[in-house]
Amino acid sequence: MSKVRVLVGTRKGAFILTSDGKREHWQVSGPHFAGWEIYHFKGCPTNPDRLFVSQSSGWFGQLIQRSDDGGATWNPVGNQFVYDGVPGTHQWYDGTAHPWEFKRVWHLEPTLTDPDTVYAGVEDAALFVTQDGGQTWSELSGLRCHGSGAAWAPGAGGMCLHTILLNPNDPQRIIIAISAAGAFRTDDGGKTWRPINRGLKSDFIPDPDAEVGHCVHHIAMHPSRPDVLFMQKHWDVMRSDDGGESWREVSGNLPTDFGFVIDVHAHEPETIYVVPIKSDSEHFPPDGALRVYRSRTGGNEWEPLTKGLPQSNCYVNVLRDAMAVDSLDSCGVYFGTTGGQVYASADAGDSWTPIVRDLPPVLSVEVQTLA
Amino acid sequence: MIRVVLPAHLRTLAQINGEVELEVEGAVTQRSVLDALEARYPMLRGTIRDQVTKQRRPFVRFFACEQDLSHESPDTPLPPEVVTAKEPFLVVGAVAGGR
Repeated sequence: MSKVRVLVGTRKGAFILTSDGKREHWQVSGPHFAGWEIYHFKGCPTNPDRLFVSQSSGWFGQLIQRSDDGGATWNPVGNQFVYDGVPGTHQWYDGTAHPWEFKRVWHLEPTLTDPDTVYAGVEDAALFVTQDGGQTWSELSGLRCHGSGAAWAPGAGGMCLHTILLNPNDPQRIIIAISAAGAFRTDDGGKTWRPINRGLKSDFIPDPDAEVGHCVHHIAMHPSRPDVLFMQKHWDVMRSDDGGESWREVSGNLPTDFGFVIDVHAHEPETIYVVPIKSDSEHFPPDGALRVYRSRTGGNEWEPLTKGLPQSNCYVNVLRDAMAVDSLDSCGVYFGTTGGQVYASADAGDSWTPIVRDLPPVLSVEVQTLA
Repeated sequence: MIRVVLPAHLRTLAQINGEVELEVEGAVTQRSVLDALEARYPMLRGTIRDQVTKQRRPFVRFFACEQDLSHESPDTPLPPEVVTAKEPFLVVGAVAGGR
């Protein structure tokens, strides 16, 4: 029977939540790496028992942990992330030049074909890759050095590369996103990059439709249609049908189009999910009611999903990497909150139950559907 | 033999119980002690000092004999009490609140 493993990164450790395919009863394992910040925790598509964790601390820096037995045992692997050449400067919050400094790994993306090859998105924004299972990491510096890097600026969470989308039809094409620089694409496996932000409009930057400077919060893609992209921007939910060449707004009837997460149903490429957040200055759901919004039309028409979610006095946030879907039938949807709840829906969002209620603030949620 | 005391998170990471006892060849300095520590426990590389510059991480401090040695040169000899193992060399996480 199928099994589901939910990988949760929190401010104080990692947790593994497992269930059979019914997704009614859950076992909770953790905290792993207790007391450390776990920005991301993800398994390899080609070897689901190989898991990678980004473990960091303001005191002791960055570590990468790897498990080859589904999280039963762990080994630290390479943690040396050195920018290629002289890193130069980017913009600081006040517009002054600020030196590039490595702070942490925000996102680990194992490739679709090789469990030893993994991409890492880091703060200050850059893309690294390992080809030896995490022992050594090297920068794909064509991104940071393509020309606009000096104009990139940090968002409130830091200048982080947080989204890495791999194209199942074309391993040379990778799409990444940086807060607050925007989305970028390579078509040659990471050697050369260009911004793909045409159609984005951000009223909080001097030139609202600038080529770079947009605070992209997350991008999602369905593997069957890798040219169709859905973006939750700082404000605005956006869609591209041409691999990011152009974007159009699909916020439609959302109560607010600010938010962090966005994801796509595993079997319905036009069904997408967001969690609207009140505003950039009030990072909690509108009206104190936690509502996932689902569109079955690829955007514009949205319906609130509330069954099982708190509808009063709820003031949590859902951070950018904290939503995921499984590939069972029907599709399971999962998200974690800054209040420490991980909610699961085994019916594509129609109803929700908390798997756990009292974890540390949740930074990331990933799901593995296991045979 | 040099005695080194690590903070709890790093003891857990390196799977160490209690103090570490290290043999250090030549002059006993912050640098030579940390070199020996990282050679025995490679997983500690980058957690106490930068892997490239070898500079102390900002929220890590070094104490011994009730003295703060954090701002000493890494090549300054450590106190005789540390060299003779009468006192340990302490690696301490800065008291910096939390969230």
